[in-house]
Amino acid sequence: MENQKRSTLSWLANIGMAIVCLIALFPVIMLVISSFRPSSEIMATGISLKFDWSMMNLDNYTYIFTQAAEYWQWYTNSLAISAITIVLSLFFSSMVGYAMAVYDFKGRNLFFLFVVFILMVPFEILMLPLFQMMINFSLVNTYTGVVLPMIVAPVAVFFFRQYALGLPTQLMDAARIDGSTEYGIFFKIMLPLMTPSLGAMAILQGLNSWNNFLWPLIVLRSNDMFTLPIGLATLLTPYGNNYDVLIAGSVMTVIPIIILFIFFQRYFISGLTVGGVKG
Amino acid sequence: MASNQSVETMNKGQSKIGKFFNSKKVVPYIFVSPFIISFLILTVYPAIRGITMSFQSVLPGQVEFIGLENYARVFNSTFYRALLNTSIYVILTVVLLTILPIILAVILDSKFVKLKTLFRASLFMPALASTIVAGMIFRLMFGETETGAANQILGLFGVDPVNWRYHAWSGMFLMVLLCVWRWLGVNILYFLAALQNVPQELYEAADIDGASILQKFRYVTLPFLKPVTVFVVTISIINGFRMFEESFVFWEAGSPNNIGLTIVGYIYQQGIRENDMGFGAAIGVILMIIIFIISFIQLLMTGAFKRGDE
Repeated sequence: MENQKRSTLSWLANIGMAIVCLIALFPVIMLVISSFRPSSEIMATGISLKFDWSMMNLDNYTYIFTQAAEYWQWYTNSLAISAITIVLSLFFSSMVGYAMAVYDFKGRNLFFLFVVFILMVPFEILMLPLFQMMINFSLVNTYTGVVLPMIVAPVAVFFFRQYALGLPTQLMDAARIDGSTEYGIFFKIMLPLMTPSLGAMAILQGLNSWNNFLWPLIVLRSNDMFTLPIGLATLLTPYGNNYDVLIAGSVMTVIPIIILFIFFQRYFISGLTVGGVKG
Repeated sequence: MASNQSVETMNKGQSKIGKFFNSKKVVPYIFVSPFIISFLILTVYPAIRGITMSFQSVLPGQVEFIGLENYARVFNSTFYRALLNTSIYVILTVVLLTILPIILAVILDSKFVKLKTLFRASLFMPALASTIVAGMIFRLMFGETETGAANQILGLFGVDPVNWRYHAWSGMFLMVLLCVWRWLGVNILYFLAALQNVPQELYEAADIDGASILQKFRYVTLPFLKPVTVFVVTISIINGFRMFEESFVFWEAGSPNNIGLTIVGYIYQQGIRENDMGFGAAIGVILMIIIFIISFIQLLMTGAFKRGDE
């Protein structure tokens, strides 16, 4: 009796979870399926459940690989901006987080308050003055203009500090006796030990930058400088005749991330759950 | 001879400088200085400038202090509409993004469920899609025509096709659905992590006392989830007030009767599109005050929780 009740519960829980997961994956599955339908039909019908399967073909992908130079320009921009953001923000914030964890210096607590303060100031209040700054320094419509505000990454500072608190400080003393400088200790010994945290933060910063919308929308002005989200959003009009690029292009911005996720699941999960507040 | 000496003093000087830069007193400041400088230029200055700007009329080459005029103009019917939309959105997303993840996390954590990793990964997957790509999918699924996926499903139940993007209620539904879809998996992970902290002995003790599953959930599990719930609620409220993309992707710059206008959307519309930066900044300051108050309440609540432990 008790056993029977347990096995019913177990069945219910598993089937329930499977249904919830299918619902969660459903939009992505529909996107991928629809990307093989003629773009004119997508424009007329939207993403449908019932449609003519015999009309499915690779035309959207052929088009995007042979004709859509504009799309690849966006892709290049997104890749470049994400790469620069990852390198700069990780470099800055890992140094800070590390210093806060291993050194005892005057003003450390005040500094900590600063970081908390940045976490609380919403980007939306900074955005208009920042835009004005970009105009004054002629950084509108440049990679630099997009990347600059992203390099102050308080979440990453917290994360690195937390991680560095667990590093073995005896290694530092040993290296000092061997005549290593403090900088040598950081770059040659401690930073390599921080690799897992670097991976998690690279994914957080990279994904934020890859998907970032509002700031690039303000700073980027010409089609050849657009990132993928901005470029794809311009195609999303009822009058557009570029649904081939829109739908196949969307698949190709998401699928690489999903593949990376499958390989680096652990880093994605620790990176995104520390993120919390969206970038 | 003379040159030799100068080389020697130079070496000495260098090593002095080297020592200075390598002393434990100086090193930490060098490590934090790039961040401090960028923080001052890219956060502190714009924050102050944003506040002063809200008292100014900002036109190219002509900046003028106008006192509280921007604020007097802010409180108009369009702003109230944006505030109302944003507040409804915040309430709905907070409720859904707290209750659903708790339920799903508890089920996922239970011993009944197999394939935990697979379920967790597939629920997390939507967080990888940008709001724009996700919104595009939803926009095409919730199309006006009866051939859109959502209307096809409604058709199965004999319901007439809905003009999703043109009613206040369905517009709100689309934005909330998009947000919940993307963040559900992330929030489940927060609660799953918290569930690992519940001592198993407590469940065993409850079993001995003959507690039902619901009673165990209410009296054993829930109290342990309180800190993470406060955290999830706070970030959901803050992210909700900062919402922009979920609206932009459905209506670009303008929705019919402003059914999709949000506070940040209003900042974008006035500050960037209409180039009325002073006015936009005033809306931004109000948004910042709202977010500060919420963060403050959170600090109070987590502080209160600590005192309760004593």
